[in-house]
Parts: sequence; C-alpha cells; structure tokens
Amino acid sequence: MADGRVDFELVSPEALLLSEEVEMVVVPGDEGDFGVLPGHAPMISTIRAGVIHVFAGGSVQKRIFVAGGFAEVTPERCTVLAEEAMVVGEIDRDAVEQELKDLSEDADDAADETEREISRARLQVARAKLKAIEEPLYQ
Amino acid sequence: MPSLKELRVRITSVKSTQRITSAMKMVAAAKLRRAQERAEEARPFAERMERVLAAVASSVTDGAGAPPLLAGTGKEQTHLIVLVSSDRGLCGGFNTNLVRFVRKHARQLIREGKTVQLFCVGRKGYGQLRGEFGDNVIEVREDVTKPAPSFGPARDIAMQLASMYEDGAFDVCTVVYNKFVSVMTQNVTPLQLIPFAIEDTKDGAGAVATPAGRAVYEYEPSEEEILAELLPRNLAVQMYRAILESFASEQASRMTAMDNATRNAGDLINELTMNYNRTRQAFITKELIEIISGAEAL
Repeated sequence: MADGRVDFELVSPEALLLSEEVEMVVVPGDEGDFGVLPGHAPMISTIRAGVIHVFAGGSVQKRIFVAGGFAEVTPERCTVLAEEAMVVGEIDRDAVEQELKDLSEDADDAADETEREISRARLQVARAKLKAIEEPLYQ
Repeated sequence: MPSLKELRVRITSVKSTQRITSAMKMVAAAKLRRAQERAEEARPFAERMERVLAAVASSVTDGAGAPPLLAGTGKEQTHLIVLVSSDRGLCGGFNTNLVRFVRKHARQLIREGKTVQLFCVGRKGYGQLRGEFGDNVIEVREDVTKPAPSFGPARDIAMQLASMYEDGAFDVCTVVYNKFVSVMTQNVTPLQLIPFAIEDTKDGAGAVATPAGRAVYEYEPSEEEILAELLPRNLAVQMYRAILESFASEQASRMTAMDNATRNAGDLINELTMNYNRTRQAFITKELIEIISGAEAL
C-alpha cells in the first residue's frame, strides 16, 4: 500500500484505548506472534496474554500488555478487542509479584477442578505480565 | 383548624424533606452524566465485537456443528429471565415498569406451559417479584453497580449463565432492562441472549461482506474455536451493556422523580405557609376584637 500505514485500534469493554495510524503492529496471537503491515490478508485470530508492539520509524514506540482477546485484521486496519490492557511502563512490578504469589497459593488451595482451572488461567496471565516487564522484545 | 404550633412543625418537616429530595436530585444528575459517558465509551467495543461475531457466525452457520450458544438446544421449554433492576428505591417508575413487564411475560409463558426461572440483578426487582414468583427465582445479585458499574461483575454473571446453559438448566435466556433513551424516557427492553439472535448476525454479515466485496477472513485457530471463545465473551459484553443502560436509566429516573418531589414539597410549603399566616392573622384579629369589645363594655 502506497501510504504504508495501518489503522490500529485497541478497544476494551470499558473504553476505546487507542486509535491511530501506525507503520506496523506485532500482535501476540494464540498460535504465535504476527506482525500486521498494510495490505495484510484479512484474518481473525484469538490473542494470548502478551504484549502488543506498536512500531514507528523502524523501532518500537509503544508496548501494551493485553490479557487476551481477539484481533480482526483487514488490508487497511487492525482492530484488537482486549479484555484488559495496560501500557507496559505503567505496570507495577511489586503488585504483579504479589499477585503471582497470591494466585499460586489460590491454585494450590483450589477445591475442585473448575476452580483450579480458573486460577491456573489467571496465573498464566500474571506470569505473562511479569515477563512483559522483564524481557522486552524488539529492542 | 390546626394550631399555629402544629403548622410550624409541619412546615419545618416538609422543608427538611425538600432538602433531601433536592440533594438526591443533584447526586442523581451528577451520576447520570458519568453513567452516560460510560455507556458511550462501551459502545465501540460492542460494535466491533458484533462485526467480528457476525463475520464468524455467518461462515459457521453455513456448515453444521454450530455451538449451542448460537444454535440453541432445539427446545424452548425452560425460559430464564434476567431482570436488571436497581438496588435502591426512590427512583419513580423505574422498577415498577420493569417488574410489570416481567410479570406479564412470565405469566404468559407459564400459561403456555413453559417453565420460568428468574435471575434478579438488583435488590428491588426481587423484592417486588418475591410474592408471586418466589419459587421461580434461582439467583439474586446485589450491588453489581457498586461503587460504579464495571465489566467484572457483568462477566461473572455471563460466565454463570454460560455454565448453567451448558448444564442444561434452561433453553432460552432473555435479559430485561430499562434502555436509556433520554432523561425523560426509559424503555423496558427485552433482549434475547441465548441462543444468540441469528437474524441480526445475518444482516450484520451482509453489511460487512457485500459493500467492500472483500475476501473471506482467515481464521486462526479455526472458526469453531474462535466462535467458542467469542460467544461467551459476547454474552458478557451484552450483559455489561444492559447493566450500563439500566444504571443510566436508574439515575435519569431518579433525577426526574426527585425533581417532581422537590417541586411538590415547594407547593406544599407555600400552601402551609399561607395557611399559617392566615391562622396567625385570625388569632390577632380575634384578640383585638376581644380587647375592644371588653373596653366598650365598660
């Protein structure tokens, strides 16, 4: 595409968080990260807990953590429907570590299978969050 | 004729009532503004969700094997009605209108030989339905909008509904709530959650696919898996929307009701003050006449 930009939108149930034209976004899909450049084939994918990287000028401009959701990609736009989203720089490390500790205790205490599954899923989200702070990709 | 003292007491009491109602009106007005903003902020997500869901649903419904949340259980025996009412009273006809609708609907279903179950969100709706349908109420949720309506509780309700549906507890689920139209008007609106209303998706899919003439989406993982994740989430989003609309309606309804109450109290105060002054004047005149006629008698 000539102008070389993608309309990127990030929406959570509570608000439209981000809507801007970007060069490229890298989205953590359930089956692996995928980068969206202008002219991408239309697709719909689920998203795992991870970091969305927004690129401008050849380097990462924004890192946004999402706890899961969906991405809709068309040649001219990329829409991410996220359950929970926050800018990586604003994540409070101590709070995440505390959460991780609480959750692993919950997972141990879980009474039945469904409860254990729920806490395991939440534990995965918290781990991904910690990883987002510790190991930034695409420096 | 009430004595001067009695009138004075009544005037003071009406005045303090007026102070309370006017304060409640102000609070409701402030909350209404926030609630309206929230409802508007939630709209983009719901719209995009619908777009994605319509695209996926249209490609799956063509083939067999659509999940039950979309296709239904094939029966219509047990109906679950989720009513979204308020936790607090003093909001005019808000809860009464809602309950009237639900009662009519439930009676009709029972007459048709269906089983009716009720899921009450908000204390007031339950309070009014307990008398007639106490045995049908399966769950009551309170304080879902406390301190402010948020997505979390809506998701919890949706997850519970989905798991009940999987267990076969009901066949059709409808949520009934007050839809916010304007400050003066709120409409009681039923919305079928389960099975997902397919007419809408077909229209929506047509609108998305035709004008752009765009290639069909690729799905990662498969359509079925995406749909299996999307449908419960859509449930949560619809529930959240219903709660937001209902919350805005509640505030609007309370604001109008309290405005009326304040005005009525004002009228009452005027009337009582007039009465008070007249009585006081009558007493003075009576005393004067007594003194004058006493002096004349001498």
